[in-house]
Amino acid sequence: MMARYLAGRLAGMVLILFLVCLFTFLIFFTLSPDPAVLICGKTCTPDRIDQIRGVLGLDQPFLTQFFGFLGGIFAGRDYGQGANLVHCAAPCLGYSFQTNQSVWDMVVERLPVSATLAIGAAVLWLLFGIAAGLLSAVKEGTWWDRAGMGLALGGSSIPNYVLALALQYVLVVQLQVLPFPQAVAFGDDPVLWFESYLMPWIVLAAGYACLYARLTRANVIDTLAENFMRTARAKGLSPVLTMRRHALRPALTPITTIFGMDFAALLGGALITEKVFGLNGVGKMAADSIAKNDQPVIMAVTLLAAFFVVVGNLVVDLVYTALDPRVRITAK
Amino acid sequence: MSELLIVEDLTVTFPTTRGPVDVVKGVSFTVGRDDTVGIVGESGSGKSMTSLAIMGLLPRGARTSGSIRLDGAELLGAADRDLRRLRGDRMSMIFQDPLSSLNPYYPVGLQIEEVYRAHRGRSRRAAREVAIAALEQVGLPDAGRRADHYPHQFSGGQRQRIMIAMALVCSPALLIADEPTTALDVTVQAQILRLLADLRRQSGTGMIFITHDLAVISSIATRVLVMRRGEQVEYGTAEQVFAEPRHDYTRMLLESIPRIDDPTNDGVSA
Amino acid sequence: MTDLLRAKELTKHFVTRGPLGARTEFTAVDRVSFEVGLGETLAVVGESGSGKSTTARMAAKLMDPSEGTLEFDGADVTHAKGPELARFRANVQVVFQDPFSSLNPRHTVERILMAPLVYQGIAPNGSRRAHAKELMERVGLNPDHSLRYPGQFSGGQAQRIGIARALAVNPKLVICDEAVSALDVSVQAQVIELLRRLQRESGFSYIFIAHDLAVVRQIAHRVAVMSKGRIVELGPVEQVFDDPQDEYTRTLLAAIPRINPEWDRRRRELQ
Repeated sequence: MMARYLAGRLAGMVLILFLVCLFTFLIFFTLSPDPAVLICGKTCTPDRIDQIRGVLGLDQPFLTQFFGFLGGIFAGRDYGQGANLVHCAAPCLGYSFQTNQSVWDMVVERLPVSATLAIGAAVLWLLFGIAAGLLSAVKEGTWWDRAGMGLALGGSSIPNYVLALALQYVLVVQLQVLPFPQAVAFGDDPVLWFESYLMPWIVLAAGYACLYARLTRANVIDTLAENFMRTARAKGLSPVLTMRRHALRPALTPITTIFGMDFAALLGGALITEKVFGLNGVGKMAADSIAKNDQPVIMAVTLLAAFFVVVGNLVVDLVYTALDPRVRITAK
Repeated sequence: MSELLIVEDLTVTFPTTRGPVDVVKGVSFTVGRDDTVGIVGESGSGKSMTSLAIMGLLPRGARTSGSIRLDGAELLGAADRDLRRLRGDRMSMIFQDPLSSLNPYYPVGLQIEEVYRAHRGRSRRAAREVAIAALEQVGLPDAGRRADHYPHQFSGGQRQRIMIAMALVCSPALLIADEPTTALDVTVQAQILRLLADLRRQSGTGMIFITHDLAVISSIATRVLVMRRGEQVEYGTAEQVFAEPRHDYTRMLLESIPRIDDPTNDGVSA
Repeated sequence: MTDLLRAKELTKHFVTRGPLGARTEFTAVDRVSFEVGLGETLAVVGESGSGKSTTARMAAKLMDPSEGTLEFDGADVTHAKGPELARFRANVQVVFQDPFSSLNPRHTVERILMAPLVYQGIAPNGSRRAHAKELMERVGLNPDHSLRYPGQFSGGQAQRIGIARALAVNPKLVICDEAVSALDVSVQAQVIELLRRLQRESGFSYIFIAHDLAVVRQIAHRVAVMSKGRIVELGPVEQVFDDPQDEYTRTLLAAIPRINPEWDRRRRELQ
């Protein structure tokens, strides 16, 4: 039962990723300018362009190129012939037109930065978002509630880059409590590492925290109005137990679904935050590659984002099944 | 027979945008030990508000006056801590819709155990044994295994049995049943009514049975209170209210009931 | 008596998918056959899950049967589409359980009552307003309230609006799906009386779906008892109630709470 379900879901995921691949490839194949011209630069002879085309396989038909790309991911591939031959080992995502670096190596290098950013921000927004939402819900209609929700509404409408610049100005320039963010490894200087990530975390978390505060508040208020909450009170349970056991789980379970999707999307890169703070993550790589029409890199970041979203979706469904007994598989 | 519950001149008031509204107006009745009082009325009669006032579960903002005494102790105006000790222990309540009244996220056994533990403070294991015994008592087959199942895995009638087990696990002196069979099929209703009557007799619990269905009341109550728009219309023994109703409204209600056995006198003038 | 509606072996299978894609099929209605005569009331009774509502929906063509046929006025309408379906809809109307959720809260009563005529492209007798007022009078509502909204009426009055809307197109068959179940007992008695009076005046037929056998006894000519998707007993009302043939019907009848007949007798003697 479970195995069959998982097999079905995995097949679906592979199909979706294949289609994402196909369409992204098709878009760049038909719409973007000739990469050989871009690579060759301004002073370039037609012979040189043809040569580059040959090496990259750009003179091949669409399907040949597409399956060449797919094959490279799973089996590796060769570029060029004879003395010019370059072997690209699996998983091969090709080479950047700009830097000639292996795209896979670029991804491996930058993914930890995006992941660090996403994880830190997630901790912050879950902590503050849910706490604020709970407080507002329990004190529904009071001054606390109105102030909190007003702040949350305002907060979620501030663009990331505005908040980033404001924070930098206040914390770094005026108060000088934080250094300007630097690319430093955790092992080299943990304190500087933490201080460097703090602002990006706050900036990325702020919008989500506001959103999650409102979600939590709405869910908790709905749950408090449920008949089973009346039963819990009729049973003479303490207010703490009533709240902790009977209200929190029903109220927070739907939020795990949304969180899973938000977090998965962030692993694919936080474009603006990374760009503003100069963090070398997947998001910045995406922004740079689009600006320079670096086709292999664009393909890679698109696929990577799709991969995280699809896997995130599956994880969310499985987690939800575990959390909500009503959708649990009943077969033994 | 000493009285278990004495309600005197109970009034419940809600603030609305158009000023305060009395949803219960000066209701008085008593419930003896080993006694069943039926409260009957149509929608908006204040019958459910009366029961919530006794349990101390009125919605925020409600104001009350009068007196509600359980075993001689005044409940109106009592501290929430004190009321909490009584709820689930000395007095408990079952509701109309057992599915939504049970928490869908927890096994039913745990939901019964926690009442027992809240009031008797015993170990998880002891509470579980009591919970399983309570489930057996309400006629749930295979109670030991079923205690680990979730509310959605039971039928409507079984869920109401679980609610009854939960309400009776601490052997309360007073059980309030608010339309406990309204959402159930008629054959299941008959089973639940029989179960409630049997358990009540065995345990000597006093019961308040709230319903809109006069025929149900007549089969279970010893005394009947008829309510309409928050007011007490009539209060007396079941026999007196059904055989010699004093009030026109009671008579009209009795004549409105469609009769299964006598289509010629159905309250619908041909 | 000529049959207005004839259902033959109506069957409905439902396929449900579990949260994780598990496929289960179950038969909600299993080879159900019945006829409704002109001016007749056929009651379909059963407990929850008996298939009575699914049967009603198939009879109203709000849902297609998986198998079986439906004839109306001598014509096979099982797969009716376009003008044929429109003709069926003009002749068969439904009154639902919850009047408030089946009446648009933002439309006036007049607009609600005239909507069926507009959909069917039928011109009312005289002006729209006059026709709406006439319908309101027929169901015992104050015609001066024709410009009010559903929210301004009580539950019983709102159900009268639902009934008036059904009558607007002069139907031959009205299907009442638990139409009086949600009403207080005093209001319920009045609405049952209204339904009977309207039938006497206009001669249309009813399919009356209910779980309450006592209500059914007041209004039905014939009764079909359903259990687990099948009709277990079908016959004239007196026979089903006074001499039930099926075991399930007997259980159902025995389960109905009754007022002590001795008390009832004494009360009547007093009056």
